[in-house]
Amino acid sequence: MLQPENAKYATRRAKLEMQHIHKVFPGVVALDDVQFELWRGEVHILLGENGAGKSTLVKILSGAFPMNSGQILLDGEEIHIKNPRHAQTLGISTIYQELNLVPQLSVGENIFLGREPMVAPGLIQRKNLYKEAQRILDGLNIAIDARTPVRNLSIAHQQMVEVAKALSLNAKILIMDEPTSALTDQEIHCLFDIIHTLKQRGVSIIYISHRMDELFEIGDRVTILRDGKYIGTRTITDTTRAELIRMMVNREVKEQYPKQKAVIGEQVLRVEELNRKDVLKDISFSLNRGEILAFAGLLGSGRTELARAIFAADPIDSGRIFIHGKLVKIKKPRSAINHKMGFLTEDRKSQGLILNLSVKENICLASLDRFSRMGVVNTSGERTAADHFIKTLRIRTPNRDQKALHLSGGNQQKVVISKWLCSQSDILIFDEPTRGIDVGSKVEIYQLMNRLTADGAAIIMISSDLPEVLGMSDRILVMCRGGIAAEFTAEAATQEAILHKAIGEN
Amino acid sequence: MIYYGRQFGTLIGLLALCLALWILTPHFLTVSNLLNIAQQTSINAIIAVGMTFVIITAGIDLSVGSILALSGVVMATTLKAGVPWPIAVLVGLLVGFFCGIVNGFLITRGKLPPFISTLGMMSVARGVALMFTEGRPVSGFSDQFRFIANGEWFHVPLPVIVMIGVYLLAHFLLTRTKLGRYTYAIGGNEEAALLSGVNVNFYKTVVYGLCGLLSGLAAVILTARLNSAQPIAGIMYELDAIAATVIGGTSLMGGEGSIVGTLIGALIMGVLRNGLNLLGVSSFIQQTVIGSVIILAVLIDMALKKQKK
Repeated sequence: MLQPENAKYATRRAKLEMQHIHKVFPGVVALDDVQFELWRGEVHILLGENGAGKSTLVKILSGAFPMNSGQILLDGEEIHIKNPRHAQTLGISTIYQELNLVPQLSVGENIFLGREPMVAPGLIQRKNLYKEAQRILDGLNIAIDARTPVRNLSIAHQQMVEVAKALSLNAKILIMDEPTSALTDQEIHCLFDIIHTLKQRGVSIIYISHRMDELFEIGDRVTILRDGKYIGTRTITDTTRAELIRMMVNREVKEQYPKQKAVIGEQVLRVEELNRKDVLKDISFSLNRGEILAFAGLLGSGRTELARAIFAADPIDSGRIFIHGKLVKIKKPRSAINHKMGFLTEDRKSQGLILNLSVKENICLASLDRFSRMGVVNTSGERTAADHFIKTLRIRTPNRDQKALHLSGGNQQKVVISKWLCSQSDILIFDEPTRGIDVGSKVEIYQLMNRLTADGAAIIMISSDLPEVLGMSDRILVMCRGGIAAEFTAEAATQEAILHKAIGEN
Repeated sequence: MIYYGRQFGTLIGLLALCLALWILTPHFLTVSNLLNIAQQTSINAIIAVGMTFVIITAGIDLSVGSILALSGVVMATTLKAGVPWPIAVLVGLLVGFFCGIVNGFLITRGKLPPFISTLGMMSVARGVALMFTEGRPVSGFSDQFRFIANGEWFHVPLPVIVMIGVYLLAHFLLTRTKLGRYTYAIGGNEEAALLSGVNVNFYKTVVYGLCGLLSGLAAVILTARLNSAQPIAGIMYELDAIAATVIGGTSLMGGEGSIVGTLIGALIMGVLRNGLNLLGVSSFIQQTVIGSVIILAVLIDMALKKQKK
């Protein structure tokens, strides 16, 4: 049942009600008797760990796939959402994490794609199209010219175009799935301003985010899901961070950053004067056994590019790499792996995992040489290894033969980490290891990093999350415009000091 | 798990087809006719194995028919020059393998899209085959050589035995070896495979080489059966092979597919051709029916796939 609400809300009528929603995927119950209620003009946060069922719930609402059973009421009347287009005509629009715009077309053309104002059949009335598009943009205080090609816009602006497009479709319910994950602080504020405007117009917003700070800033109510079940709904002003985390993970997460200092040993990796034209400038640093070395910096400061260069995923113009004091030539990722390096990429879906392969096959992919003789794979060896990592890393999967596709984000991340542990890497590069991952899984990944360094591994952690950088590293390098701008010990660093260096101030 | 489900669907289709033909004509379900189908299917089925590997890597090979023609005429000319048949056969296989490797190099080193490089090879190999023979067929070989197509083993024609051998080996390669695993990995996500240390260029080249080699093998069987190698042989064979692969549930997007599915796909096409012949359907209508079956099979496959989601 719903929690008792504040008296002032008691008379509010629900815009949307979802009741007894069930959804089953092969091998997984994604939603089990879930309920959700959305009021007119509210921002309702959906909260839960990865795999809790948030995305499934909104995908049912947006018509991406059908539910197995349940009831959806819109303005008190039962609706049966057939497909995404039908959802749109009902006034339900979704802003996806992956934006759905045509980059070559202009902002206006994108907003009216498929519904262009016509002079005659097949002939578009361009003037009206742009006038109308501009009116919508101006109404939202979005400073974009409707004639700009979408490919020239930042991610933040593209997202705002999506919002404008949804409004032009008369959206009454707007679903936003982690809209801020790729935005800077300033852009987030612009987005929040737009959300306020939308609320005043009576639009209801379903908002999925992992960022606790945001939720208290923008949300009115919050519904928590856990393991596909409805846990509860709270009014934001009546709840606390601790309560929400407890509801999400069903346990107290005592420490957000459970850093344990490992014994720092000898140098394992040294990079000298690494250069790549326009991308990396004279990068020199060293990494020691048992250490977590964080790379902080703004997006585009060259951190990921540095990782890719060390791992030989991209070519370098000049520079030397020493592993255990010996100069090595790394020409291909294969040789990096042979030197016991592992690279957890920033984007696990497009670079880390092979979604069509099973959990087992992904875990063993980088060490198949070890599992095979004369090219024939020893499947029992593979099974043993996969089961070992599924158990020790607590990967939630029905079995080792499940396709990686069907796992939640946090579990997919653990599969990629397992791949590098399976290949016996002891120099690990973790690029944004906890991006898009819920609180509970984050702590698990931190604990795993502790265990790895205690066992003698060395970790390079690239992160845009400054509290994470400060909380989990031993040493911090700040990158700015392709070069290293500063070095701090974890004890001496502050968020302000790092940011100053990251934006290029002295 | 999903593969089994999908193969099950195509297998039912094949059995339904056989059942219908059994009812419609008494000539269908006889041992000699079934062996006949297997023999006629063997050439397309063997080429389709190579095609399956290529398509699982998210590639395509349009040159298989031309490679078959070139391998055939080179081997035939070698035979005519008095070279012992095992060596001539080896030469034919090597020609196919070589063409495939060239495809692989163009794709991995030249960074050409597979469609373009194999389209080029399709024309080049055909042209070389025509130049090599001045456009004339090369015919008339020894009985030992022709035994490859005409021989039997416990009443089973040798081409069928060869086909079964190729399928067993290919299934083993695809499911049990590094080559197979990497074939899926490359098609599923090339960047992730590369970052996991897979030598993508090497394995892609091997896959195209394998596809060429199997076209060469098909050339050996075809040449022995016809007692003649034609520079214009194998036209449109690439489309038959692609059709068998796709009917068998292999996705043109790469990363998914199976050898068993391809065998069923090739058999569906073979049974359909044979059945329509037995029923005396004109070849014009046959083309239309076969095309419709390809479209229907993929439509059903896609619908089943969507349901799985």
